[in-house]
Amino acid sequence: MKQLICLMMLLSSVFFVAAQDITELVQKVKAKLDLVNDYEANGRMKTNVSFLKVPVATVKVYFKKPNKLKVKNEKGISFVPKGAVNINMSNVLSSGKFTVLDAGNDKIGNTVVKVVKLLPEDDAADVVLSTLYIDEANVVIRRAKTTTRDNGTYELEMSYGKYSAYGLPDQLSFSFNTKDYKMPKGVTFDFEDGTDAKKKEDKLKNRKGKVDISFSNYIINKGLPDTIFQ
Amino acid sequence: MWNLLQIELFKIFKKPRTYLAFAIIAAFIFLIQLGLYVNGKDWLKFILGSLDETMDLDYHKLNNGYAVCYFVLNLLLVHVPILVALVAGDVVSGEAGMGTLRLLASKPVSRTQIILAKYFATAVYVFAMLLWIALISLAVSVAIFGVNDLVVAKTSGLQLIESDDILWRYFFAFGFAFVAMMVVAAISLLLSTLSENSIGPIVATVGIVIVCTLVSEMEIPIYQKYIKPYLFTTYMLGWKGFFYIGSTADGETIKGSIQYLPGILKSLAALLAYNVGLVAAAVWVFRKKDILS
Repeated sequence: MKQLICLMMLLSSVFFVAAQDITELVQKVKAKLDLVNDYEANGRMKTNVSFLKVPVATVKVYFKKPNKLKVKNEKGISFVPKGAVNINMSNVLSSGKFTVLDAGNDKIGNTVVKVVKLLPEDDAADVVLSTLYIDEANVVIRRAKTTTRDNGTYELEMSYGKYSAYGLPDQLSFSFNTKDYKMPKGVTFDFEDGTDAKKKEDKLKNRKGKVDISFSNYIINKGLPDTIFQ
Repeated sequence: MWNLLQIELFKIFKKPRTYLAFAIIAAFIFLIQLGLYVNGKDWLKFILGSLDETMDLDYHKLNNGYAVCYFVLNLLLVHVPILVALVAGDVVSGEAGMGTLRLLASKPVSRTQIILAKYFATAVYVFAMLLWIALISLAVSVAIFGVNDLVVAKTSGLQLIESDDILWRYFFAFGFAFVAMMVVAAISLLLSTLSENSIGPIVATVGIVIVCTLVSEMEIPIYQKYIKPYLFTTYMLGWKGFFYIGSTADGETIKGSIQYLPGILKSLAALLAYNVGLVAAAVWVFRKKDILS
């Protein structure tokens, strides 16, 4: 009996230490992201959505704490996904009101990453579950999956360069759910362009969209007026 | 031939109904511009469908002069044939009705020359009308709404053309539209040679255009397979092909490209063939015609 009690105490202390470690890791990541109050960055945005044909756009990305984000195409028009605010992980971690669960280790490329699940304490929060893949060595999030109540699941992949000290990526790939695109021929009066209609239909059934942004430079903590985000 | 053409041009541009077409076009475009100036966002929401639920869209930028012109052309080029028929259907039958055709045929010019002069004079009218449309729908819209990228809606999706890649497309689109409208003019001319009054050829041309357009757009397999390829209205929408931009496999547009140039060239060739065939038929009918009026 004594042995059993000792074993249970040992196991619970192991779990407690592990939970403490993972919470500490998340707090370290959060502390790094908290260094940034606002930023302005130049970027090149490539949009890949089955029913959209768009050029690569030169954009400016503006962020301000806690969750203001704006992607602006200075020259022309860009289609920016509605959930784009989630490209900033500070948005996910800023509330601090979540339960952290250790989901083991995984590998992204050659890097071993810690898989962490965040469960929000607020039952009414839009985010239902966030899964973070944290590079322990550099204390940065390499991948994130965010499941929302109303807008499906967002996936984010990030690679870092000279701004990793602030937890800001050089490149990111943002995947999101899209809705069906339907436009009757009687409205568009299409010119028969000779392309296969069946191929087009199959293409439209792909409900995943992706946006890739390569950042060229960041201007951090110089202050941004709220008018930019209107 | 030059003198004949001048005379025919004088006749066309002396009639008040010629200017009626210009006034109708101006009023129509003005109403569209006014509507889009006030409620452009609502119209764009309709055109862009469910995209608004997935993407953040800058409606102010989307509602620009190029977009307004594209919208005008979509609506107007379906109805311009009626205005073309109004003049082209009258060029021979109008004279037959007034009794001046016999006088004209008695002059020392061949009947072929008479028909060709009437056809070319109609071409000048059609050209002037398209120039008028371009001036009001493009130049005025750009002045009011400004310029920006153009979003083109197709059943297969949306495509975005950058602002510095648009103007040349309009140039070629208007050129294509001219050839397409000349087919309508040629039909009217042919019908005009068969009639002694103007109403018949004008109404018949409009009827032919309406029926052929409906059959072209109906997704009924038997029509699609056996009738559609032979209808001139199938090829009249070729102007839109200049706004279908080419892209890479992952949907990145290629600046300065056209998605399917062979389709446009095929349509152009078909319309030119219609023009030649119909004018040749008009010449043949007019040469055989007993001019009794």
